[in-house]
Amino acid sequence: MSEKSFRQAINEALSMEMRRDPNVFLIGEDIAGGTGGDGEEDAWGGVMGVTKGLLGEFGAHRVIDTPISETAYIGAAIGAAATGMRPVAELMFCDFAGVCFDQIMNQAAKLRYMLGGQAKVPLVIRTQCGGGFNAAAQHSQTLHGLFTHIPGLKVVMPSNPYEAKGLLIEAIRDDDPVMYMEHKFMYDDKGEAPDESYTIPLGEACYSRDGEDITVCSLGRMVNLCNQAADELQAENINCTVIDLRCTSPLDEESICESIAETGHLVVVDEGYPRCGFAADIAALAAVQAQSALRAPVKLVTPPHTTIPFAPALEELYIPSVERIKQGIREALGV
Amino acid sequence: MTDHTIELSPEVALAAYRTMRTIREFEDRIHLNNAKGEIPGFIHLSAGQEASAVGICMHLSEQDHIASTHRGHGHSLAKGCDVVAMMDEIYAKRSGLCAGKGGSMHLADLSKGMIGANGIVGGGVPLAAGAALKSKVLSSDRVAVAFFGDGALNEGATMETMNLAKVLNLPIIFAMEDNGYGEATPSSWAIGGDAPARARGFGLATYSLDGHDFFQMYQTAGAVIADVRAGQGPAFLHINLSRYYGHFEGDAASYRPQGEVDRIRDEKDCLMIFRHKSVAAKLVTAEQLDQIDEEVIRQLDGAVEHARQAPLPTAEDLLTDVYVSY
Ligand SMILES: Cc1ncc(C[n+]2csc(CCOP(=O)(O)OP(=O)(O)O)c2C)c(N)n1
Ligand SMILES: [Mg+2]
Repeated sequence: MSEKSFRQAINEALSMEMRRDPNVFLIGEDIAGGTGGDGEEDAWGGVMGVTKGLLGEFGAHRVIDTPISETAYIGAAIGAAATGMRPVAELMFCDFAGVCFDQIMNQAAKLRYMLGGQAKVPLVIRTQCGGGFNAAAQHSQTLHGLFTHIPGLKVVMPSNPYEAKGLLIEAIRDDDPVMYMEHKFMYDDKGEAPDESYTIPLGEACYSRDGEDITVCSLGRMVNLCNQAADELQAENINCTVIDLRCTSPLDEESICESIAETGHLVVVDEGYPRCGFAADIAALAAVQAQSALRAPVKLVTPPHTTIPFAPALEELYIPSVERIKQGIREALGV
Repeated sequence: MTDHTIELSPEVALAAYRTMRTIREFEDRIHLNNAKGEIPGFIHLSAGQEASAVGICMHLSEQDHIASTHRGHGHSLAKGCDVVAMMDEIYAKRSGLCAGKGGSMHLADLSKGMIGANGIVGGGVPLAAGAALKSKVLSSDRVAVAFFGDGALNEGATMETMNLAKVLNLPIIFAMEDNGYGEATPSSWAIGGDAPARARGFGLATYSLDGHDFFQMYQTAGAVIADVRAGQGPAFLHINLSRYYGHFEGDAASYRPQGEVDRIRDEKDCLMIFRHKSVAAKLVTAEQLDQIDEEVIRQLDGAVEHARQAPLPTAEDLLTDVYVSY
C-alpha cells in the first residue's frame, strides 16, 4: 500500500499487465512522443504524461505511437484484439470518438455477437473525459452515456487511484471491449492503493459512504463531489449513502435497488449530457425496479442539455458542483 | 529563385506586413499573458507561421471562406476578424467573437468568411469543402480554403475531402501548413510517402511553397486561387513553415532538437525576411515598417486592456444558442 496519483495508478496497471502478458501492448497518439525525431524520446508519455516511461521498459514495438488517424489505429487495435492480442489503445480525448465511432460502435462492440460468438475483442480504449479545464465544446465532454448505449461495450469510470489501478487491470483481462474513462481533472489526485497487482470486478459498485436518509448515485469524479456534499450535509443532520458505481456497463442494479429500499430517496449525479444519459437511466431503473420503496420523486443533478461552454464563468455553472448536489439532496428530501 | 518582391505595390506590401506583425504581436501577448495566468483554456499559437495565412488570405474577399484549425489565431486575423473581439473571446468575455462560448480553439466570424478554428484535427477540412460546394451549387466564383496541419493530412476526413473535391470539381484550396510536427511527432515520420504526391494521387494540382517567404506565398497563392476561381478544380499547397512556441502553451517541446527554434528565428523568420527583401528592393522603407511595428504594439496594448476589462458572460448565456428551452 502506498500513496499514488491517479496518473501513477494507471501507469502501474499498464506496466504490470504488460510484464505479465506479452499480448498486451499500447497504441495511440504521442503516448511516447518524439518518435522518429531528433529530440528527446518519450518526450510526452501521452498528453497527460500517463504512459511516460513505458517506452523505455517495453520498447517501441509495444508502446506504439501513431499518425493522427483515429479510425485506422483504433480499428487496428480492434482487429488485433479480435485476432488474439490484448491492446490498450489511447483515444486522447473521448470527444475524438466522433472520428472513429464506426470502429467502436459497429466493429468492436458487435463482432462477438454478430459472428456468433467466434470472435472476442479483449480491447481497452483509455480515454480522457470531463470538464473543468475550460477546454471548450470539443475537449470537455463526458461521453460514457453514448458508449453505454451500445450493447457489447463495457464502460468503466474510476473515481480514485485505487479504483483506477484495479479496474484497469480487470479491464485489460476482460474479454470484451472496455471504454475506460479517465477524468482529466483527476490525474494529480492522490490516494492509497496497493503496490502489487489486484483487480476490481466490473459491475460491482462500492458504497463509499453509508447513511440512512438518502441514496446518492454517481461515478467518476462526481463521486468525490458527492462525498464532499455528504460530509457537509451532516451538519444539517442529513445522512447520505453515496454509491460509486464504477461502471455503467455492466451496471450494479442490485446495489442501487438495495440502497433505495433502505433510504427511500434517490439522487443521481452525473457530468454527462442529461438526455438519454446515465442519470436518466438510473432514474428509470429506480422507477421500474424500486418504485414501491421510493418515498419521493428521484432528483437528477446534471449539466443542462447544452454544449459545454468555454468561459470559466459559464463552465462553472455547467458542471454539477458540491453546492448543486447539496441542493439536489435537500430537494429530494423535501427539506 | 525568382525574385517575387517586384510584383507587389508598396500599399499591398505594407498591408501584408501590418497583418503579419499583428499576428506575431497577438501571439506573443497571449504567450506572455497566459504564463501570467490571465487566459483560460487550451492555447495553440501560430507565431512563425504568419506568411502563409497572410499570403493566402490577401487574395480572398469576405465572400470567400476559410476553415482553420486549433492553431487558428493567425488565419482569423488574416481573414479580417476583429483584433479586439478575438482577444475578448480568448479572454472568455461576453463581447468576444463567439460570446465567450468558444475560446481560442473555436474562433469564428461568419460575416468575414471565417468558418471557424477547430478542436478536431481535420474537422474543418470538410466544412471548407461545404463552402466550396455552395459556390458550385450557386455557380458563383467564390472559393474556399481549408487550412490544416501536417498531422491532419493523415485523417480520413482530410483524404476523403480531397477526393470528394476532385470528383465534384469544387473550388477549394487545400493549404497544408507543414510546421514539421503534429504535437510531439515529426511530420517526416508520420506522413508515409510524400505529401504532395499523395495530393497528386487524388488528381489535385499541387504546389510546394516556402512558408517563411511571404513574397513566394503571396505570388503562388494568388495564381493558384485565380485558377481555382476560374473553375480549374481543387488545388493543394504544401507549405513548409515553422512554429515557434510549443504545441500548446505549457509544452516544453523537448522533442525538438536543441536550438532548432533559435536557428529558425535567426535565419528564416518570415517578418525578418520580409523586411530584408522589401527594403532591399526599395519597395518600402525601414522607417515605414518601424512605424507599423509601433502602431501594432499600441493596438495590441489596447486589445489586451479591453479584454481584461470586458464583462463576463452571464448565467442566461449558458442556455442560449441551443434548441432546448428551459
Ligand atoms: C481528431 C483529433 N485527434 C487528435 C487531436 C489532438 N491534437 C490536437 S492538435 C494535434 C496535432 C495536430 O498537428 P498538425 O495537424 O500538424 O497541426 P499543428 O498543431 O502542427 O498546427 C493533435 C494530435 C485532436 N484535437 N483531434
Ligand atoms: Mg504540424
